[in-house]
Amino acid sequence: MTNPSLVAPGGARTAPPFGGDRRDAVSAAPPRPAAGPDLLLGAGLAAVAATLVRAIWFTPVEAMQGPAQKIFYVHVPSAFVALYVGLPLVALASVLYLWLRDDRLDRLAASAAEVSLVFMSVVLVTGPIWGKPVWGTWWSWDARLTLTLFLWFVVVGYLVLRGAIEDRQQRARYSAVLGVLAVLLVPFIHLSVYLFRTLHPQPIVLKPSAPSLPPEMQLTLFAALAAFLLFFGALLRTRVRLAAEQELLALQQEAL
Amino acid sequence: MSAAVAPSVLATALLVARKDLLIEYRTRSAFLAALTFALLAVVIFRFSWDPTAVAAIDLAPGVLWVIFVFSGLLGLHRSFGGEQADRAIDGLLAAPVSREAIFLGKSAANLVFVAAVQLVAIPAVALFYDLPVAGGELPAILLVALLAAVGLVAVGTLFSAMTVNTRLAELLLPMLALPFFVPVVTPAALATARILAGRPLAEIGGMLKLLGGFDLIFVVACTLAFPFTLEE
Amino acid sequence: MAGAPSTPPPALEAVGLRRVFGPRRAVDGVAFALAPGECLALFGPNGAGKTTLLRMLAGLLSPTAGEARVAGRPIGEDPAVRARVGLISHHSLLYAALTARENVEFAARLYGLPNPAAAARQALERMRVADRAETPARRLSRGLQQRVSIARAMVHEPDVVLLDEPFTGLDELGARALTEALTALRAHGAALVLVTHNLGEGLALGTRVAVMRQGRLVDERSRAAVDDRTFAAEYRALVEGGS
Repeated sequence: MTNPSLVAPGGARTAPPFGGDRRDAVSAAPPRPAAGPDLLLGAGLAAVAATLVRAIWFTPVEAMQGPAQKIFYVHVPSAFVALYVGLPLVALASVLYLWLRDDRLDRLAASAAEVSLVFMSVVLVTGPIWGKPVWGTWWSWDARLTLTLFLWFVVVGYLVLRGAIEDRQQRARYSAVLGVLAVLLVPFIHLSVYLFRTLHPQPIVLKPSAPSLPPEMQLTLFAALAAFLLFFGALLRTRVRLAAEQELLALQQEAL
Repeated sequence: MSAAVAPSVLATALLVARKDLLIEYRTRSAFLAALTFALLAVVIFRFSWDPTAVAAIDLAPGVLWVIFVFSGLLGLHRSFGGEQADRAIDGLLAAPVSREAIFLGKSAANLVFVAAVQLVAIPAVALFYDLPVAGGELPAILLVALLAAVGLVAVGTLFSAMTVNTRLAELLLPMLALPFFVPVVTPAALATARILAGRPLAEIGGMLKLLGGFDLIFVVACTLAFPFTLEE
Repeated sequence: MAGAPSTPPPALEAVGLRRVFGPRRAVDGVAFALAPGECLALFGPNGAGKTTLLRMLAGLLSPTAGEARVAGRPIGEDPAVRARVGLISHHSLLYAALTARENVEFAARLYGLPNPAAAARQALERMRVADRAETPARRLSRGLQQRVSIARAMVHEPDVVLLDEPFTGLDELGARALTEALTALRAHGAALVLVTHNLGEGLALGTRVAVMRQGRLVDERSRAAVDDRTFAAEYRALVEGGS
């Protein structure tokens, strides 16, 4: 149907400057979800339950802090998976999205943010519960807890931003920008908290230092770390699949 | 037809800043709102603390910085609103100017806006809180205020671009921006307290460095991030 | 159009332009070339992708695939290429608080014109709106705003003018001023793309005629090949039918 007089002289140059149909392909419909029971999620839950059982009944009680210390086995692994696995994953997926524009990276970032938020909430709740009997105060502006608090706000903002944007590509782009900026923020929050704490003397904190933990406690801790990591991975995978399903549904509805 | 030379980054930024400030001057409503808010807040905060229990000078830095942050947010919000109506932003984007220059221009205009509010709010606080600003404290406070304003404006301008056409824009901008304002407000408020307490300037060197570092990193990061917030 | 190596590149060229939004193909492989002085009248129903196409030609939107070129140079890589393009949309692109003159002067400065004030005055005069130069844009009627918007778009005497429903809201005087301005630009060698619903206006100004439907150009031909009497019926058939 093309009128030859309207085609560019010298032949149509079809090699496009933006990597061609790459954006076409990766924005195509997400893969169909797998069927059957989620064994990974079951395994993760079982692992967490098992380590909790071990922590409560089969690990010695810490001398100075008493039974309240056992919350440590929930608090520390939660902080670990949220701050050292989940959020770096969000940051990495965000940077990669801005470079590759793959929708899957956006789904990964958003899912990791949500799951990390859950674990960060656990950290923020268990922190004071542990702190009150041990430090005598609910909140002590402890460096890591404060960082977790600020990052909690940032992640909530991230999720609210996503909720406020309809356009898929715009939402992904804006989330990725926020994700990258949040990474840059972390060292500055550290410095600010440090600044704040050196000028406002904090109560002397009695914390068990990890290297001097007796072997049974160490084992429980490592087991807890592994279990929470497994659980995090399972939750993440479930969430990513859910996101893919929702995306598929939305595409089908749009096509109608 | 061909005598035209596309303006440089600096020239573009100045053009855009001048345009924004001219528009703001014509309407003035946002500036007056921010100013009124600031002055009201100064007075309300003063009345909400028992003067015998807390010395005004202890309150002042915190109050000052909370006011700057919230009145700044009021101002930032209008930054991209004017570009939305009648799609004036398309006129900017179709022109032979870089997007980064547009961002710098808008940020510069916002900086003037925030600085103007600060120039009124600081003397107001000094007045109502009986602050000892006879000596060299005022220039030092103004320096801290300027350094902090740069950081606030860089982050705020970017986020206002991102939130301008979302639902809940007025709520979303503070929600996103406030965590990023913490590393600005903390050293700024602490430095202001130090200055008012008559400490030597050397003691706030670390805080100034923190502010300067934040400014540098976030001005660059936000300028580079800005093109991603535009339609592609 | 087998070109000898010394043939100058077309004033405006689209090569395999494609733009997708998720699964939706707004523009699906559009190609055309316009020589200086030509005007492509582009008709088509709402949602056909005409505005998306225009935004890609203006450098406001980057294509998913393909390229738009002005005088052989791709739009989007070099801002200097955008300096050769003027965009008239059905939004006025004006700042409500600024006067007509300030709006047009701002554009003149953005395009780096050596004498922005004079250029702005000239542009406003050409669109017969110079007497309202000091009125803030928000106090102008829609028609007058449109004229100021057109003055703004052409103040830098672009080589390529993209027009999206420019006659909407224009009264007779304004329409005549626009037609004169466009004819003068074409005489200077500018290439135009005119998107319009008004078949009459499109046929009056166009040297090429095309219809866009579902992201593709269907029925492209030179103006001479269009029979005015039957075109309206053909167009309706094209748009409503399933060809």
